[in-house]
This record gives sequence, structure tokens and C-alpha cells, in this order.
Amino acid sequence: MRNRAEKLVESLFTISGFVTSIVIVLVVVFLFSGGVHLFRSPSIEHGYVVAVNADNPIDRLSPAELKSIFDYEQTNWQQFGGADEEILVFRLNDITNYFSEEDLGENFEFVSERISQLISENQGIIAFIPQEYAGENFSGKEIDGGTISLSEVFGGKEWLPTATPAPLFGLLPLITGTLWVSFFAILIALPFGLSVSIFMSEVASERVRGILKPVIELLSGIPSVVYGFFGLVVVVPLVQQIFNLDVGETGLTGSLILAIMALPTIITVSEDAMRNCPRAMREASLSLGANRWQTTYKVVIPYSISGITSGVVLGIGRAMGETMAVLMVTGNSAVIPHTILQPLRTIPATIAAELGEVSSGSPHYQALFVLGIILFVITFAINMCVASISAKHKNS
Amino acid sequence: MRTKILAVICTVALFAQAIMAQSIKGSDTALPLTQKAAEAYMKANKGAKITVTGGGSGVGITALLDGTTDIAMSSRKMKFDEKSKFQQGGKTVVEKVIAYDALAVIVNPANKVNQLTRQQLEDIYTGKVKNWKEVGGDDVAIVVYSRETSSGTYEFFKEQILKNKNYMSSVLSMPATGAIMQSVSQTKGAIGYVGLAYLNSSVKALKVSYDGKNFVAPSVENAQNKTYPIVRPLFFYFEKKSEAKVSPFITFMLSPEGQKIVKQEGYIPLQ
Repeated sequence: MRNRAEKLVESLFTISGFVTSIVIVLVVVFLFSGGVHLFRSPSIEHGYVVAVNADNPIDRLSPAELKSIFDYEQTNWQQFGGADEEILVFRLNDITNYFSEEDLGENFEFVSERISQLISENQGIIAFIPQEYAGENFSGKEIDGGTISLSEVFGGKEWLPTATPAPLFGLLPLITGTLWVSFFAILIALPFGLSVSIFMSEVASERVRGILKPVIELLSGIPSVVYGFFGLVVVVPLVQQIFNLDVGETGLTGSLILAIMALPTIITVSEDAMRNCPRAMREASLSLGANRWQTTYKVVIPYSISGITSGVVLGIGRAMGETMAVLMVTGNSAVIPHTILQPLRTIPATIAAELGEVSSGSPHYQALFVLGIILFVITFAINMCVASISAKHKNS
Repeated sequence: MRTKILAVICTVALFAQAIMAQSIKGSDTALPLTQKAAEAYMKANKGAKITVTGGGSGVGITALLDGTTDIAMSSRKMKFDEKSKFQQGGKTVVEKVIAYDALAVIVNPANKVNQLTRQQLEDIYTGKVKNWKEVGGDDVAIVVYSRETSSGTYEFFKEQILKNKNYMSSVLSMPATGAIMQSVSQTKGAIGYVGLAYLNSSVKALKVSYDGKNFVAPSVENAQNKTYPIVRPLFFYFEKKSEAKVSPFITFMLSPEGQKIVKQEGYIPLQ
């Protein structure tokens, strides 16, 4: 009877282990399948075409070039190797500037014809119109926008996912933003976390520890939105005043909040590691005449260094993936940061803010999945570091 | 016999439930309004059950496409590729404007500037004007706040004010209207835009002009008499085949009683 019960429990454990692994693998597969088609989608928005006059020698324009034309930054075709002709930008909404309502027909049945006419009449026109208006007797020439390229995505410096006619998915500002904030967060959290954990394991009396430990663990129980709100209302004006800035939503504000959030992880893990240092080793050191500081510094820390490192790396992971708090305090402007006192935008914040309103399956949606993959790869690498460090510890 | 009656009752109950229960999903801008209206509707019609959830315009439309909601709320017009997806699925979508929402341009109360033209707003949001002294204020750098790229409000502002040009990339994008209010109220050089319903004394709303002559302050009256220019419609989308199911609530929404709720919530009624 007992044997059977044991077997049942054993098989339950096995099943739950397998199910968990399968679910994790499925999530990863889902993540990759969501992002994989990005580099095959055309760069011009689905359902629309960009057309020019049939005599225009230009055949191809990159998304960045299209953006500069439609933002009126470039106003002459010469810049793109065409004739010396002024660029005339046309969007469907502009049609009423050229034609009266009667021209367009009661149910807009002549729109297609009129657009065709307009394009043939204007040498320098570039038109961004729905595909249905560029039908059989269309006089203009369609511009080939190509597909979204790897270099544009990973080397692009502009994140404008809703730009028309062609969205720009430059990931560089987001990746650098994430790394920048996490780096400074760890720079702030590390000295604090280590000194607190040394204090708690080596210096503090049992009573002080009994009070401090639950308080610090309480920190990790606070929801991140609360941290974000605290940051927005308290830390943002503080940073603004101290550094005399125009704006308080900066990378530093995000780093400070993340540092506070990473502290409990760093403190608990490294404190546990230090307390695991065998009493015999401490006593040996003390009996050789070393004082308490020397013992801590020369014996306890080297002994528990792998535990401390994994605490720190876990803290980095926490900072890297944090969403809500940074979303509220870093200002989210997608520019590559040059100083930490400047607004910046992180990957998790971008996903959280944009996924809700994006139309599913669109290139923007897939670009957000690519961001997810990048974040996954980074955190995976970090976890691998932890694993290898722990393994090293076991060997020694 | 008894089981038969029971079965009939059960079927009827289920059927009635299916008719009466409906879900509404979508735009966070339209959410508080729809929620209030749904509460009033359920109070008036015992047995009716309406669940209203947010998530964003895109979420609502996707849910309508998947058939997991009956009505999608949206603060923007349905996009072309979304429409074509409905077409491919053989579904006809009906669009109803239920109310209007005015956007107010806000600055810090300490700012001297009281009014801006559309062109000035465009220059500020595209990064051509970087200091308040260029538009008649103090020598303070302009800090530009905007909503997230995929919010309906963001796109409406881009269409109306920026004439479809892109925002400069260093614009600060905030996850929610509340965050914009908070940041503008504590940053001296800030400028931002929020729905009319959110205005309070912690920020200053600017008068806006499209023609450069008549500057109009944002208010429900000015939006209603069409003198205030930055006004957008809020939409309900539903499938044609479920019209019978959803139309009682939509009729209620469009009725004088429903439109009174619209006004109470700080939005602009249709009439």
C-alpha cells in the first residue's frame, strides 16, 4: 500500500517536472515564432502603396528616406539621385485640396481615377495611398520599399513604430537604454547591498538581524507599480532639483529605483552565502590572531564569493527585466543616451507600453517580439553565468 | 414531464443569458464613460449583464476579430489592415460614434505662455522650437511629453496637430494620462496633451488656434459649438450579425439619458 502511494507521488513529481519544462519550451517557441517573420515583412505599411510619377527615375526608397520625405526634411528629388524637381507630398486626406466633392463622385467612386490623374500631372509627386486606389489603369509607378532589413533593425537609431508610410524599428536606442540603466542600477546597488549583507552576517547582533532581515525582505514584497509611483512623485523632482535639470525623468531616476528593487535579492543571497561560511574557518582565522575585520575580509568573503556573485547577477537580472517602475520614471524617449542624466527608454517598458494597442501580427507586433527575444537572450546569458559560478563553487 | 419542463426552463434561461450578457472591450479613453453607462443601463434593465474592460483600442479590435467581445471601443478609426482582416474573415463591421473627446494642451502653471497656434505646436513636437522664449515665454528649455506610440490619443494628435509628421525622437512618452499630468505639474518647462475630462488646477490648459487669430480655450461648450479645434470621435465597433444583441445598449448610449452620462464624465455629447 505504502509502496504504491510512494510511487504515485513519485510519478506526480515526474509529470509536473515534465509539464513545467514543456510549458517553458512552448513559451520560448511562442516568443521566437512571434518575431521570426519581421524580416520578411515589407517595410511599407500593409495595404498601402507609395507611388511616384511614371517618369520619375527613382525605383527604391528605404524607410529612412521615406520618413525624411514625408516629414518634409528632404524637399528635392536631387537628393535621391533624381531630377532637380521639388517633391510634392500627397496623402489621401489631401485629396480635397485638389478636387471638389463632385469630382470625387457621390460614393467616392472616382477617387482612384483622380489620384491617377494627379500623379500623371505632377512630375515631383510622391503619393501614399491605399492599395485599392492603385488598380489596373493606374498611371503612377509604385516605389519598392523592400523588406525590413536586419541592419536597419539592429543598427537603426530611430524607433518610430507607427510612422507612415514606413515604420522605423531601430533597436539601438532601446538596447543601449536597457544596458545603461541596468549598469548604473547595479553600480548603485552593489556597494550598498554588500555592506548591508556584511553588516548583517558579521557585525549585527542576533536581535538587530531579527529586525533588519524581515524589513529588507519586505522590500521585495512591494509591487513594482508602487515603486514606480514613488519614483515619479518623490525621486523625479529630487533628481531634477539636485542636478538642476530641465526634466527629472532620467536614466538615473530609473537606476535609483531599480537599485532599491535589486537590493533585497543581493542582500539576502549574499548574506546567506556568508553565513554559510563554516564556523571552523572563522575560528581558525581568529585563533591565528586575525581580528574580526581581517577574518571577514580575508576568509569569509573569499569563501562565499560565488554566492555573493550569484546574488549580484540575480540582482542584475531583476533590474534588466523590470517593467513598470522604469516605464514610469525614465521618460521613455527613444534616443541613444549619452549621459545618465537624460531620458531613455528600455526594452521591457517598450513592450509593456505598446503591445496593448498594436494590431496583432503586424510588423510592429513582430518587432516587439524581437525585443522580447533580445531580452530573453540577455537574461538567459545572465542565468548561465549564475549557473557556471555555482558549479565552480561546488568543484572547489 | 417534470424533466421536460426543467429542460425547457434551462434552455430559455441560457438563451436569455446569451441575449442579455455582452462584453465590451477596448480603448482606455472610452473606458470610464462606457463603464458608467453600462452601470446605468444595468440598473434600468434588470437581467442585462454587460462587462466592460480596457486594454487599448488595438486590443478591443483584435478581440472583436477573434469573437471574444461583442463591442470594441476605439479612440481611433479602424486601420486599413484591421478592416481587411475583417473582410477576409467574412465579417461586416458596423461603426458608431458614441461621443467626442477634446484634447487639451497643457503646460506647467508657472509658465507665462497662455496660447499657441497649431503651427507652433507642430514646431514644438517636431523639435524645431526648443525654448519657450521662441514662442513668447521665459528662457526655459521645452520638455515635450506625449502618450505612448500606439495609443489612439498619440495618433490623433499626430494627425491633427503634426499633420502626419513624426514626433521628434527625444519626446518623452508616458504610459498614462495620469503620468503626464503628474510630470507636467512638477516640470517647469513641460508641455503635454490630455483628454478634457482629466484637466485640473495642477496644470494650465492653453488656448489653441488653427488660423492664428482666434484662440479658444478647451471646454465642453467650446468643443460642442465647434470653436475648439482638437476634438476626436470615440467609436463603438460591432459585427453586423450581432446587431440585435448589442443595439439596445448602443441605443441607450445614444439616447438623451446616455448622452447626459457622457457630459457628466467630461466628454462631449453628440448633439
